[in-house]
Amino acid sequence: MIQKILSYDTPRSIALSMLLLCIFAGLALAPFLFPGVRTVDTAARICIFIVLVASYDLLLGYGGIVSFAHTMFFGVGAYSVALTSLHLGRGFDALILGAAIGAVLATCLAAAIGLFSLRVRAIFFAMITLAVASALAVLVSQFSDLTGGEDGLTFKLPRELGPAFKFGQTLFDGTVFGVKLNGKLLTYYLVFGTSLVLFLITLRLVNAPFGRVLQAIRENEFRAEAIGYRVVHYKIAATCLSAAIASCAGALYAIWLRYVGPSTTLSLELMIDILLILVIGGMGTIYGAVIGATLFLLTENYLQAAMGRLTSGIGDIPVVSALLSPDRWLLWMGILFIVSVYCFPKGIVGHFRKDP
Amino acid sequence: MADQIDHLIEDAPILRLDAVHTDIRQYHILNGVDLVVPRGQVTMLLGRNGVGKTTTLRSIMGHWRIHRGSITFNGADISTQPTADIARAGIGYVPEDMGIFSDLTVEENMQLAAFSGPMSATRLGWIFATFPPLKTLWHTEAGHLSGGQKQMLSVARAMIEERELYIIDEPTKGLAPAIVATMVRALQDLKDQGASILMVEQNFAVAAALGDTAHVMVDGAVKWSGPMRALAEDLDLQRSLMGFSLQTAARDQSATKSS
Amino acid sequence: MTHAPEHNPQIQQMTLQQRLAPAWPGLLVPLLMCAGFALTLNPSSWLTLTLSGLAMGLMIFIMASGMTLVFGLMDVINFGHGAFVSLGAFVGVSVLFALGHLTAAPSVALNLLAVLMAICAGMAATALAGWAFERVIVKPVQGNHLNQILVTVGGLIVAEQLIIVLWGPEEIYFTRPEALKGSFIIGSIAVEKFRLVAVCIGIVVFAAMHFVLRRTKIGLIVRAGVQNGEMVEALGYRLRQVFVAVFVTGCALAGLGGVMWALYQEVITAHMGNQAMILIFIVVIIGGLGSIEGCFIGALLVGLLQNYVAFVEPKLALVSNIGLMVAILVWRPMGLIPVVKAK
Repeated sequence: MIQKILSYDTPRSIALSMLLLCIFAGLALAPFLFPGVRTVDTAARICIFIVLVASYDLLLGYGGIVSFAHTMFFGVGAYSVALTSLHLGRGFDALILGAAIGAVLATCLAAAIGLFSLRVRAIFFAMITLAVASALAVLVSQFSDLTGGEDGLTFKLPRELGPAFKFGQTLFDGTVFGVKLNGKLLTYYLVFGTSLVLFLITLRLVNAPFGRVLQAIRENEFRAEAIGYRVVHYKIAATCLSAAIASCAGALYAIWLRYVGPSTTLSLELMIDILLILVIGGMGTIYGAVIGATLFLLTENYLQAAMGRLTSGIGDIPVVSALLSPDRWLLWMGILFIVSVYCFPKGIVGHFRKDP
Repeated sequence: MADQIDHLIEDAPILRLDAVHTDIRQYHILNGVDLVVPRGQVTMLLGRNGVGKTTTLRSIMGHWRIHRGSITFNGADISTQPTADIARAGIGYVPEDMGIFSDLTVEENMQLAAFSGPMSATRLGWIFATFPPLKTLWHTEAGHLSGGQKQMLSVARAMIEERELYIIDEPTKGLAPAIVATMVRALQDLKDQGASILMVEQNFAVAAALGDTAHVMVDGAVKWSGPMRALAEDLDLQRSLMGFSLQTAARDQSATKSS
Repeated sequence: MTHAPEHNPQIQQMTLQQRLAPAWPGLLVPLLMCAGFALTLNPSSWLTLTLSGLAMGLMIFIMASGMTLVFGLMDVINFGHGAFVSLGAFVGVSVLFALGHLTAAPSVALNLLAVLMAICAGMAATALAGWAFERVIVKPVQGNHLNQILVTVGGLIVAEQLIIVLWGPEEIYFTRPEALKGSFIIGSIAVEKFRLVAVCIGIVVFAAMHFVLRRTKIGLIVRAGVQNGEMVEALGYRLRQVFVAVFVTGCALAGLGGVMWALYQEVITAHMGNQAMILIFIVVIIGGLGSIEGCFIGALLVGLLQNYVAFVEPKLALVSNIGLMVAILVWRPMGLIPVVKAK
């Protein structure tokens, strides 16, 4: 049964399985195990980032295609949900419609970019996506009438997802293990459940014949073409699928934050975070997204504080304290990233698996 | 005594390959090639398609790295040296695909080939006399040349610089008979100047006309070595090594000679 | 045997269309200028826009040229190129600050000397950094585009963070030296001084590059290496050294571009390289990866178009470049001047 859910692509390492199980349990029970606004927020972000990075893995790890427009698709999903919620009023219909519009829009955009760049040269795709994504980010911040510009948009969710909505009053007296049963909890489980489904869909995609063909293209494009696969079609399909999933992740992110803005959904920094997570976690494994996202977001939220304490311990040696300052943690992530590409091309997951 | 040593050095082969193995990705192409190129002679490397002749030449130039064996040029092992240093040691190379820089003019191609400085007027005069079209097309972009003219340019590029050894990969491939004759004469000139030549040739008539020694490769190794004349005369040997005999080739040869 | 008499080559007259075909990309620039005039219908503002478009285009060209050449020569794509733009700008501006007495002096010569020293310092720093970058980041991943992109992006992150460590995360505002402020007034037309200087420097750099590539042996090696590196090595040239030299020069040029960009904007941030990089990519793709002439034309097109469009509708300036890129790729999928590899 579990085998089937995981599309017969099990972690294939006891240590890795345990780790994944821990992360799964931790995320599934996060509101009960780690109650608190900040911890639940971190858990929700981890869920969303797992989906976002897994969808990127479909492209980079399986297809060997480098895209810098993944945040663009993420942002398209987020803005669609925000705009439909604003203009159609709060309601689940608006959320679903927004997510659907976002997914369709992202797919069309991906197909358009893919059509005129993938047929020439894979390297064009990386450069063109970077240019297009940044142009869109500029557009979003300039057309502030529609998008709220740099400030972004705040919108209201359906009443059932708000903290004021209470349920289970009669059955559980409103709390379970000391956790209040309210709309926020429901939102978390909406995010968690949808993320889980999206993740399993991604896992299924890469283990379907489609994923195998993508891998074949990555290994030897010429030969895949010679066998008779339309390489360009597969690449464009991978781009579209990955864009659609990323857009769904964006919709979830917007729902969770009840806000969208260029810096949270469209920035190049976010794109670089995705790259870092995937490469450190392990490209071409899908599970790398889980490990990477968990590690990265925990580090971002908690280790930075530890780095802060460390620096205060060191005192005021000019450059050293600047290097170790918590604001500079990207520096260390960058170095880790380079080392990963050189030494652990399959990332943490590949290190655990140790199979060819 | 000193004379004797000089004599010994002169007798030593200019190039020798000992048990050379080369892999191209996962394919094992060369399977222990032993080859000796005597000084001042034309050595032919023969064999059917796909037996590893071009790979052998590319291995000598360092375009493919050998993973076992040794390549000795003038007494020094060059198998681990960068391609540029192998060329500088005194090897001129004409690759199978001619390696023409098509965006550069004929003149620029030649300037680049004159590694040690400006082109020598004598050698240039000799090249123009041998390959008159190059003079006519001196300022043309090399990409606009015909196949035969490109082959002339490719050989001329090797000739402009005085090298001890010329490695030439199929100089007559796809050429009209008249140009084959021009090419044969150019190579004969080169040989008469005392250069050593290692050449892959599919045109057996040309090989028989120019070659002193021959090595025949089968399946990534040299199967037969000996004087070119011995091979040219032994039809059965040719058939067993290369799957054809000189009888058909002899007609080509007489055609070449009479032109 | 005689001298192959039947082999007597003749050069056919080409038709006008055939002869015009290679000139098309070059004709785009004057065409765009005319279109710009039609758009503005005002000679003085057209001239101002054209000058600033040329200045911007030439600055982008300076920054992009190294990247396109490195790609052409060694098939190396450097996503960290923008970091050198930032580095050059920061070093250059620091030197300008240190030479405050020269930049504030009322003498044109002293002002220009300060700018020259800033440029030299910026180029030296980026050249050195480029050499290190090539060693540590680029060399180990040669021949693998995917890893190249990843590792150079990693290099970009690290370089950007190091700049913040050294200069702090805030934007740094400054003013140009006295001599480069303001404009010359010729009749009714105001010509901004710095833009004129930028155009001059850009033209000098392009001319120098053109001369080196067309008239010197090293240029021959580079041009031949772009087509068939293996053969260049077989002729005895150590292409690896040439490549490192080109890489370092390219980084130094990015540094020069960075200093000029900083003087143009009068503000520097650690992220300025990223913004420049987007324009650099657009230019390099438009021109054809690996082609220096294409890069020049592409840069001028982008600079001019951006300024003309900004005059009509400022919000569409960056998007217009994307539009230009799409249009060019539809017309010529490999860019204006495609570079054909031998293999």
